Amino acid sequence: MTEAVLDIRNVCKRFGDNLANDDISLSLGKGEIVALLGENGAGKTTLMSILFGHYVPDTGKVLVGGRELPSGKPRAAIRAGIGMVHQHFSLAPNLTVLENVMAGTESLWHFRSGTAAARRKLSGICQRFGLTVEPDARVGDLSVGEQQRVEILKALYNDARILVLDEPTAVLTNLEAERLFATLKEMAREGLSLIFISHKLDEVMAAADRIVVLRGGRKVAERLAEKTNKAELAELMVGRKLARPVREPSTPGEEVLKAAGVSVIIDGVERLKSVDFSLRAGEVLGIIGVSGNGQTTLAHLLSGTVGRDRGELLLFGQPVGDLTVDEAVGAGIGRIPEDRNEEGAIGEMAIWENAVLERLPRFSRHGLVDRQAAQAFAGEIIDAFDVRGGRPPTRTRLLSGGNMQKLILGRNLIDRPRILIAAQPARGLDEGAVVAVHARLLEARRAGTAVLLISEDLEEVMALADRIQAIVNGRLSLPIAAESADATKLGLMMAGEWNDEHEVSHAL
Amino acid sequence: MSVVFDILASAGLWAAVLRIATPLILGTLGALLCERSGVLNLGIEGIMTFGAMIGWLAVYNGADLWTGLLVAALSGGVFGLLHAGLTVTLGLSQHVSGLGVTLFASSFSYYVFRLLVPVAGTPPTIEPFQPIDVPMLSSLPFVGPALFTQTPPTYAAIFLALALAYVIFRTPLGLAIRMTGENPHAAEAQGINPMAVRYGAVVAGSALMGVGGAFLTLSAFNSFFPTMVQGRGWICIALVVFASWRPGRALLGALLFALFDSFQLRLQTRLSGVVPYQIFLMIPYLLSIAALALMARRARVPQALMQPYRRGER
Repeated sequence: MTEAVLDIRNVCKRFGDNLANDDISLSLGKGEIVALLGENGAGKTTLMSILFGHYVPDTGKVLVGGRELPSGKPRAAIRAGIGMVHQHFSLAPNLTVLENVMAGTESLWHFRSGTAAARRKLSGICQRFGLTVEPDARVGDLSVGEQQRVEILKALYNDARILVLDEPTAVLTNLEAERLFATLKEMAREGLSLIFISHKLDEVMAAADRIVVLRGGRKVAERLAEKTNKAELAELMVGRKLARPVREPSTPGEEVLKAAGVSVIIDGVERLKSVDFSLRAGEVLGIIGVSGNGQTTLAHLLSGTVGRDRGELLLFGQPVGDLTVDEAVGAGIGRIPEDRNEEGAIGEMAIWENAVLERLPRFSRHGLVDRQAAQAFAGEIIDAFDVRGGRPPTRTRLLSGGNMQKLILGRNLIDRPRILIAAQPARGLDEGAVVAVHARLLEARRAGTAVLLISEDLEEVMALADRIQAIVNGRLSLPIAAESADATKLGLMMAGEWNDEHEVSHAL
Repeated sequence: MSVVFDILASAGLWAAVLRIATPLILGTLGALLCERSGVLNLGIEGIMTFGAMIGWLAVYNGADLWTGLLVAALSGGVFGLLHAGLTVTLGLSQHVSGLGVTLFASSFSYYVFRLLVPVAGTPPTIEPFQPIDVPMLSSLPFVGPALFTQTPPTYAAIFLALALAYVIFRTPLGLAIRMTGENPHAAEAQGINPMAVRYGAVVAGSALMGVGGAFLTLSAFNSFFPTMVQGRGWICIALVVFASWRPGRALLGALLFALFDSFQLRLQTRLSGVVPYQIFLMIPYLLSIAALALMARRARVPQALMQPYRRGER
């Protein structure tokens, strides 16, 4: 390793009874990419907040280029060349890219903004690192991936030599994530030093030179990427052997849901184009595809929140008209929405309120909500599905992503639904939670639930699904049996390469 | 139709437009500045009333007219400080705080006025600002008497609108204000202190509101009575939306409203007896609602408007 540009020495930070960082040391070399790996609550974000001056450490210090950084001063951190890209972007959507980048970089009392000079500097940075963004675009009009690029540009514009990215891929599609890591490697080659926080094993193996594993506030291991593997990292991160469950062979039952030539048009755009699929009791049908190819519409269609324009939908062999949300819930369709914060749960409401939202009539007495029964029901879910960090009256917002997902899963599975629409059920969860969610989905499958799994994670689909269909640009491929699927074949299918005639024989 | 044309063709109408627009321009700029930083200031109605009172009182007690305006600005700033303390530091509801400031400032100005000015049969008066003829321009036919024979605060208000547009869109300070109104967390991450920006914008904006109120007693009229602001503050709040938070458009909006208003005043005298005058009083407001409905649909509201900022919390 070359000389250290950043040295974090023996940092401790305590919040109440919780020791968030326990004597953590970390150093970073020039041109190096270090991954900070750990589950939610391992202390990764706390450590980076100390580095950036948002928190003051109880003990320990941070050295940049050999000089100690005053603690608790974000400006000092910026001036020392540390740039931070937060998981939740801090951008002003109504301002342009250039305005977002240059705000605060000049003295407030200058009589005129140096827009021309700023534009030159920005385009220089864009060229050097291959980050293309239109400087005069309104940030709110950009895609999530582009907005993240603006965040990175902000840091680079402030002459950052050390860049910290907090779970940078949490909001990105796989394709965008790949582009991001290509950019990060380019930046490292140009002499920048990078730390990125993650709980995804794939990406730390793919992008990092060195991996530092945190668990429960302590640094438990440090490995060079070429000298470790995913299995070892998973064990270090979780603290015990942890293997994702894999489906066991079984015979599916009768057909419960069938779509024939279904099309959905939203705002004049055909989001689903004559899709066909058939879902049977006790099987998992995987719908694989890069986000933005119609998955959201498919999930909404089957949840009853959008109607279809053409084609036929058969539920338990009976044709259904316009499926409404009530009918979907009444028919025993459970739903795990793609975005748990937006559609899955209402953060400001209590856990018990979220638990009973879909089935209020059952918890109403004389037109009033039967709080006792509702709270008891929520308690049941919490116990049965191992939801940690909250009791029924807790505000749902306070749950971690994994526990919120377990709550949503529990709310749907506790009544043994006949059909479960699971849209990106493990997205953004840490390894422990992924294992729990997968186990629950397979358990539902064993119990005879028909599961429609919409996912962009190849591994997830291959581990859980009996049959797999790819979704590309609103079209569904014919199904292939999971036994005949491998990463290459699925990759081709996700790119739209499939032969409609050929695959039929495999499917049945 | 000829009545309409007659009215529009009189120089007196256009002179009145500028005069009526002046307090609206000042109040709208003030409200706009507050909102650009993310703080809705419904204290405007009361702040204008207090400004009208205190500015007049200063002059009545011997201060010169410009000092009167300055006193009104200072009093506005003090009420702005109160509003900022409640909404920025304590993070209370901006609606409630603003209405509270309006109720307090309106009653308090009447109280002070009654306390310090003896009750008399005819209200006491001062010598207000006199129109200044702009050399050369004022002697132009029609345009001269219409546009260039105003009192100094009117010229100042128009200049201020242009100046504020420059500050907001062309200076680092303006960018900091806009960013704070869009996303204070983003501003903080860029090393801008969102609290300080909001305090500054609310105090400065409220000072402008105070001056807008004082124009009524020091230039448009020569005495104070407690109901004289007559909802102008609320019109300013609507004009900010109409203007899509842009000072240039705020100037146009204020002029447009003033045009409706002075037009209906003249229409009233022409058609009195035929149509009840209350109908005419409604015209500017009806037209404002129509214009607002047209314009506001496309407006881009500052995203953090009415959201208190607390450090470290999202």
